[in-house]
Amino acid sequence: MNRPSDYPMSRRWFLALAGAGVTTGVLSGPSSALVPAGQAPGDGYQPTVWYAIAGDGSITVHIHMAEMGQHVGTALARIVAEELEANWDDVTFVHVDTDPKWGYMVTGGSWSMNHNFVAFSHAGAAGRIAMIEAGAREMGVPANGCTARESKVIHGAQSITYGELVTRGAVDRQFTKDELAAIELKPVTERRLLNRDTVARDVPEKVDGSAIYGIDRSIEGMVYARPVMPPVRFGSTVARWDDSAAKKIPGYLQTVEIVDPTEICQGWLVVVAESWTAASKAADALDVTWEGGAGRETSEADLLAEGERLVKDDTAGSLFMLEGAPDAVLGAAETVHEGIYRTNTVLHMQLEPGNALVWQDGDTWHVHAGNQWQSLTLPLVAKALEIDPSKLVFETSYLGGGFGRRLFCDFVVPAALTAKAVGRPVKMVMSRSDDVQFDAPRSATVHRVRSVTDAAGAMRAYDHACAAGWSTAAIAPELLTDAVDGRGKVDAFSISGADHWYAAEAMRVRTIKNEMVHATLLPGNLRSVSAGYTLWAVETHVDEVAHTLGQDPAAFRRALLDAAGRNAGEAPHSVGGAARLRAVLDRVVEKSGWDKRGGLPKGTGMGIAVTAGQERAMPTWIATVAQVTVNCESGEVTVDHIWATIDAGTLVHPDGALSQAEGAILWGLSMAIYEGTKIENGLPRDQNFDTYTPLRMHQVPALDIDFVTNDYMPVGLGEPGVIGAAPAIGNAIFAATGARLRSIPMRPADILKALEA
Amino acid sequence: MINFRLNDQVVEVDVPDDTPLLWVLRDELGLTGTKFGCGIAQCGACTVHVDGQARRSCVTPVSTIAGAVVTTIEGLAASAGFAEGALHPVQAAWIEAQAPQCGYCQSGQIMQAAALLSESADPTDAEISAGMAGNLCRCMAYVRIRKAIKIAAVAMSERAN
Repeated sequence: MNRPSDYPMSRRWFLALAGAGVTTGVLSGPSSALVPAGQAPGDGYQPTVWYAIAGDGSITVHIHMAEMGQHVGTALARIVAEELEANWDDVTFVHVDTDPKWGYMVTGGSWSMNHNFVAFSHAGAAGRIAMIEAGAREMGVPANGCTARESKVIHGAQSITYGELVTRGAVDRQFTKDELAAIELKPVTERRLLNRDTVARDVPEKVDGSAIYGIDRSIEGMVYARPVMPPVRFGSTVARWDDSAAKKIPGYLQTVEIVDPTEICQGWLVVVAESWTAASKAADALDVTWEGGAGRETSEADLLAEGERLVKDDTAGSLFMLEGAPDAVLGAAETVHEGIYRTNTVLHMQLEPGNALVWQDGDTWHVHAGNQWQSLTLPLVAKALEIDPSKLVFETSYLGGGFGRRLFCDFVVPAALTAKAVGRPVKMVMSRSDDVQFDAPRSATVHRVRSVTDAAGAMRAYDHACAAGWSTAAIAPELLTDAVDGRGKVDAFSISGADHWYAAEAMRVRTIKNEMVHATLLPGNLRSVSAGYTLWAVETHVDEVAHTLGQDPAAFRRALLDAAGRNAGEAPHSVGGAARLRAVLDRVVEKSGWDKRGGLPKGTGMGIAVTAGQERAMPTWIATVAQVTVNCESGEVTVDHIWATIDAGTLVHPDGALSQAEGAILWGLSMAIYEGTKIENGLPRDQNFDTYTPLRMHQVPALDIDFVTNDYMPVGLGEPGVIGAAPAIGNAIFAATGARLRSIPMRPADILKALEA
Repeated sequence: MINFRLNDQVVEVDVPDDTPLLWVLRDELGLTGTKFGCGIAQCGACTVHVDGQARRSCVTPVSTIAGAVVTTIEGLAASAGFAEGALHPVQAAWIEAQAPQCGYCQSGQIMQAAALLSESADPTDAEISAGMAGNLCRCMAYVRIRKAIKIAAVAMSERAN
């Protein structure tokens, strides 16, 4: 049997890669960081790299996670301040550059709180310990009689501030990795900041136009650029090009034919001009003929058909999870519940299009661009420039949306190569259609789910096969992990979520790389990653089984959440296991009025989903109920109301947590009924917001989100809210109409078709 | 040369007539608070006020605003008579509601909301939906944008009284 801890979990490779930097944050040296104006790491006493306490009492926390809407700086600073016993008003933060001392840098997976909680807590506690020791010495009292509170060391009626201790040079203790790891965090009953509300520090500059995103920076001598890309992502070469029409555009400077050692750019030209509008017009005027190009005939239907072929081929793919003997149960069963579930290609459409400003200063190259995964992108860009990575610095900026698109910042490569070719700083900005053409979308996925239940509804076997593009194979193949049976590799990010928390005597999860996807496009990570599609299949299938057995879909799920064996949970990240999922389910059932749903008018129904994204090693326990009204003439679906109850452990910044949950649930709704594109001739059919139509203000339902309050390890909130929305809506459509949708998006035409079935 | 009034200063730019106002603001005049999102007036991130009306600057040729009064996010508070450094009530409401997530669309949202409130001081939910439907928030911070508009409506009516 493969225990949960044996799964090829993403978390394991992350921590292995992160090494000492992110997990412990040991010792600070003199700062060699090159950071933009106003972003210098703090001065003063630094017990670890993560913050500095200055003589004036100000505490500057160093943020190595990207800010893309989650208010991550505020949240990380709260963790430090909690253990440091700092006065919150003394605390500020700066976003840092890519100095190796910050450790492995990736902002994704909804990991920021969970992965940094221990290191930032230890860092804060280290400062508190050092301050108490120094304060006791200065006051001439025993340290064990001192306490720390509100940036002061206190002994009876005496006290001394942290700032004063720094000013006096009274504190200089540094902590080794082992000393940090040995620090015992304060009891949760002594917490004064976590689970308590505050305001996000990044908000004011986001309302007055002063926040600087990647696209906003300018430097002396800079020129502008826009790429001209081949008809498909892979395999094209430029046969010939002619810029005689472009030359008539005032401000046009030159066209650079990109030769890219990384092979990100295959058949690219980049047009350079004195303004972006000139570059854009000249790019449109450029006459280019390409040769070759892979996947120019491929359509969405081809990708889905290949996915279906693969999931039905028992020899395809690799095992992500195996427990018991599913084939024996499936083979002996009188009835096997079986369904094929699909998701169409989804675009990121982050509102700030791909862009990068790249320049050389002496022998060092600089990149200013929003970036979620500096530790992946920096070596890539260094390879493109054919320089040592130590000669490349990524400066920080806000991200005009990440959503996974900026995990793989491949668009920095053409900007860097253009800057190198023209010998001037280059700001390359993609038009919206360029950005779509070069997107790394969530690829189309197909799932075959088979299950066997006994008469009462207990699950005797669950078998899930999923064919998808493997983002990890595409962007960081060294991070693929071994299959549980040792045969082949798996991409945990292509399948996490299918290994759900329902009890099943025998269970198998198989993940299959759809090579046709990889030959056509670069499959990326998109908000909620695999859990955003695997749980569409799980939660739709489970709902179907409940209805087949004539059971209440909520009660049916509840009975499967026995929290035994593999679903008992493990300290510290999943304490309580499926029992916590059962608790959120109970609460959402009660508050949504689920048991009174029989009284809803005709055409209106409620659906439910219980999910624990992003992965078993870091589950955020969520139960979601959607109420929809379906117009059976037009097929149009109105989502009237969504209720969700969330247990995410400790809430470091509760209002930020709520804000992420609101956005994530609406993302899930948007992907369920308003988004999704189709690949046509190897490219997304939709090129801009005229035909790609994410949710807008008038389509927002009533939202009722609440959190379970506890002191467990914080887990993630950026993405997990996405996951339950689509299946809850699909299940509600079934409840309202009897039409079962097994593919997202669920467009009116799809609903009319399902109504006829 | 094209002249217009920008945030209470007369500016003169020497660019081709068809240059969209957006790029004149961002790249010629250095006001980067107004954002580029789609280039086809579908997302609203580039919303500014031209003679007090909300306008998508990405499809507004600069030649068409010669002589006009243009207000961007950087000048919104001053345009309503607030002292330098002060916030417009809509901006203050955005902070109170903690509306922004990534924030990239928010200049446009705020400019659109300010225009909406200048036409309808106490908008109904339906009016907010209609007035804001052209402004996409990819983070989907819509719940708080709506809440912020209502907070601003109250603050502005109190100020007017």
